[in-house]
Amino acid sequence: MSEEHYLELCENPVQFEHASSVNNVFFDEANKQVFAVRSGGATGVVVKGPDDKSSVAFRMDDKGEVKCIKFSIGNKILAVQRTSKSVVFPDKRSLKLLKSQSINVNWYQYCPETAVILLSTTVQGNILQPFAFRSGTMSKMSKFEIELPVVPKPAKLSLSERDIAMATIYGQLHVMYLKHHSRTANSTSAEVVLYHLPREGACKKSHVLKLNTTGKFALNIVDNLVVVHHQSSQTSLIFDIKLKEPDCAVNTHQPVLPARSIHPYRIPLSGPAVVPSQPPVPCQLYSSSWSVFQPDIIISASEGYLWYLQVKLPPTVNLLQDKGKLMDFLLRRRDCKMVILSVCSQSTRGVLPVVATVFDKLNQVYKEYLEAEQSYTVAMESGPSRGSAAQKRPVRTQAVIDQSDMYTHVLSSFTERKGVSHKFIIAVLMEYIRSLNQFQITVQHYLYELVIKTLVQHNLFYMLHQFLQYHVLSDSKPLACLLLSLESTYPPAHQLSLDMLKRLSTANDEIVEVLLSKQQVLGALRFIRSVGGHDNVSARKFLDAARQTGDQMLFYTVFRSFQQRNQRLRGSPGFNPGEHCEEHVVHFKQLFGEQALMKPSTV
Amino acid sequence: MLMISPRMASGMQEKQYTPSLLSFFIYNPTFGPREGEEEKKILFYHPSEVEKNEKIRNVGLCEAIVQFTRTFCPTKPAKSLHTQKNRQFFFEPEDNFWIVMKPNKDGKPPTIEYQEEEILDTVYGAVVRQCYSMYKLFNGTFGRAMEAGGVELLTQKLEKFFYRYLQTLHLQSCDLLDVFGGISFFPLDKMTYLKIQSFVNKVEESLSLIKYTAFLYNDQLIWSGLEQDDMRILYKYLTTSLFPRHSEPELAGRDSPLRPEVAGNLLHYGRFLTGPTNLKDPEAKFRFPKIFVSTGDGYEELHLIVYKAMSAAACFMISASVELTREFCEQLDGLVGPQLTLLASDICEQFTINRRISGPEKEPQFKFIYFNHMNLAEKSTIHMRKTASVCLTSVHPDLMKILGDINCDFARVDEDEEIIVKAMTDYWVVGKKSDQRELYVILNQKNANLIEVNEEVKRLCATQFNNIFFLD
Repeated sequence: MSEEHYLELCENPVQFEHASSVNNVFFDEANKQVFAVRSGGATGVVVKGPDDKSSVAFRMDDKGEVKCIKFSIGNKILAVQRTSKSVVFPDKRSLKLLKSQSINVNWYQYCPETAVILLSTTVQGNILQPFAFRSGTMSKMSKFEIELPVVPKPAKLSLSERDIAMATIYGQLHVMYLKHHSRTANSTSAEVVLYHLPREGACKKSHVLKLNTTGKFALNIVDNLVVVHHQSSQTSLIFDIKLKEPDCAVNTHQPVLPARSIHPYRIPLSGPAVVPSQPPVPCQLYSSSWSVFQPDIIISASEGYLWYLQVKLPPTVNLLQDKGKLMDFLLRRRDCKMVILSVCSQSTRGVLPVVATVFDKLNQVYKEYLEAEQSYTVAMESGPSRGSAAQKRPVRTQAVIDQSDMYTHVLSSFTERKGVSHKFIIAVLMEYIRSLNQFQITVQHYLYELVIKTLVQHNLFYMLHQFLQYHVLSDSKPLACLLLSLESTYPPAHQLSLDMLKRLSTANDEIVEVLLSKQQVLGALRFIRSVGGHDNVSARKFLDAARQTGDQMLFYTVFRSFQQRNQRLRGSPGFNPGEHCEEHVVHFKQLFGEQALMKPSTV
Repeated sequence: MLMISPRMASGMQEKQYTPSLLSFFIYNPTFGPREGEEEKKILFYHPSEVEKNEKIRNVGLCEAIVQFTRTFCPTKPAKSLHTQKNRQFFFEPEDNFWIVMKPNKDGKPPTIEYQEEEILDTVYGAVVRQCYSMYKLFNGTFGRAMEAGGVELLTQKLEKFFYRYLQTLHLQSCDLLDVFGGISFFPLDKMTYLKIQSFVNKVEESLSLIKYTAFLYNDQLIWSGLEQDDMRILYKYLTTSLFPRHSEPELAGRDSPLRPEVAGNLLHYGRFLTGPTNLKDPEAKFRFPKIFVSTGDGYEELHLIVYKAMSAAACFMISASVELTREFCEQLDGLVGPQLTLLASDICEQFTINRRISGPEKEPQFKFIYFNHMNLAEKSTIHMRKTASVCLTSVHPDLMKILGDINCDFARVDEDEEIIVKAMTDYWVVGKKSDQRELYVILNQKNANLIEVNEEVKRLCATQFNNIFFLD
């Protein structure tokens, strides 16, 4: 069952001295630093940041119990709060009041990422007033009301700060409200209500996540997924607000996957006292001593660990049966490429409609990237002056699976797979080509080559012929050459190839070569004349070919034709030394005599 | 360029006599080698009311001619016999089995002087071969019937098949197109074509009994899962026999039994052209015609299901060893009906768009016939839509005959060539052969000279055939 855990704690947690009677632990969400304060700082303060390098240790005088301790950004200034009304900065600094607002506040929440503070106001506490800080200014955003499940009478504080969290999901700031079930209102289970908080404009209720259970919950955001931990069942649920639910009302979401617990975690015992062979101890997940912070932090103060929560994608493949939905889900995840490719490989063992859906989802994203890339190129070429802001180069996420990825990781091995009917192999390849065409993506030559190789392997030449007839395999010189090479096994390939070269209109030399190789010397000559290339062709090439046929009259005709050309171009029927036709002149004389040569015309 | 000009277009009489069938018979000389047993040689004879001795005499004569001419060229036996009054065409499709066809001028006593050039050997030779191919499509080879039930079964089968088939044979409307036996392909953009591919693949996957599928629109082929030669004869059957027999349901009245079926909530126009006419009928029979197609080392027998929605027709072929049930037909109807209806309207829409884009100037103002031996693609602006009975042409039979003559000339040599003929009726007829392709153009330009005609044809090639490599 371990393959089913789709959430895990990171492998390298931040370790700190666990909380105890002599050691107080604080966490600063802005810098993501853990402070371990021993004996009020007298025996040491150890600060551990998200990476090993940002660890700081110092001592300070014990001036009473520390209520809160933080660094400013860049660890420049330390602030310590020991009483409810004073903050001490160990360096002497002066503070200046920039702006003030007078509001009755029950509690506040701060989102360091977006620098937005949320204040709970009114008696019930459900009118939330956000402020945004930007470059030294504080601006009031429009306030909004959280709908309470029951309105208490008489009015009392009914919205707890524990039930509100702020986080950025898909680039947009959201306020998440954990709405507990209430026996009086007819709700049978808890839900998470998301309010979209835009920079400008009103805050709107945007999504409802159905938890289908009751109890104690905690929220995290990982890879734009809302993770809801449920303590009593020791499981977690994930929600993707971009995933459309066909059976639900607009913007109501069911969990993407069935509830599963976080992957079991073992704490490696370390330190000098530990015998190396001692096995790691399993860590108690969903412990009541856990603290959860946004977006993806879980802290166990009693054990002295800070973990980042992570999503493991491979287990989702088997948990989500609907492959279309699975693709929608995976395409929005960060490290999705290999998983998506494995889903593609897996789907080629399934049925065609599913294969088609998977390809279409894939190519939709691929096409969007290509378009963005193209409009960026166009914008760059037309100069940076155009348009207000300089356009950013589109980021190629892992979800962009191009044709070479598909060829390398999925299709080429699929066509070699034993025990698959060739009918199905071709159907899958055609389905991919159909999907690319549907999104107007130019199909790469190697895919056509794969189709042709498969068809030829199974002697399906008539099928190939029909595909070419309807231009399903787009014209190109390499493809025309490939067809020429098939002529010995399938004679019509010759005609198909010539047609293709003709349509390319840039392959006249190749057409001449093909015709000459077939000893169709007159045909080649007539062709090169019809396209106006007669003046520039190598006479020697034609004379060689004419002589090889052994047809003397043909040789005569071709020879005279070039003499006429020379006459027209240079006023003389003779060949230039650079044309290397001497042996043919000799041959001509031998066959037809000196007098048969065209004489320079006298003007 | 070979030029024949001016040329007398034959048959300038006021009245045209169209040939029809005088007799048609099949015999095997090894079945009655002894004297007095000659009747045993005859496997089929049309008209059947002919007196026995005359049948024997006619068969004997053919046998003698074939034997006699064989002495001159053992590898190539006689193909046709011209006499003052009529012609006969011989064809030996299988060892010792001979098919003989004698066309005749309709309604005229055979004593009248025969217009020698009115009947083209190539055209009628092709008709005889087609008769055999059609028999073989539905019955397999003569040899197969012999193995299964001896002469008795073979004669039964021949009787059953040719009795009806010969009635549909309209010799008077046979022409160059019968020589080609080509397939008209429906012009389609790549995307719609890929959609059809996808449809075919998905249907074959979910109804895995289906071995082969062919897809047609407007009586023109778009996709064939069958090999070329089998498709050629099946196409002939579909377009000249099956499709014309079925009127469009869209044209049928509201209360007509042909009105669209309502499956679930989705309206679709799908219906079976072979097998059950009405799936809801509790008495419905689920029997389909059987056809024989070639496999690598022989023949296989298949059920032929033809299912149509609006102008789109899909042929599904299933091994004859499987018994087809009501459940299967319902499943097929439920799956294919809605999709095919949708595809049909997609194709129609795309076709209209393409037409609009290409504009009226692309519409052919020329009368031409094109044929490609490689993929059997044929295209004719001379022939009107085929109907069940006749194939109408928009040009005078004399001109059609000239086309036939040019075709005979082409058949004699391997080289590419071009022939320009000035007919007496002010028409120019041009034939071009390039690699495996043949093009015949009829121009009505009274005062044009040879150079102008040549230029005109070049222009035609540049507009109508710019997609293909055509040497000029």
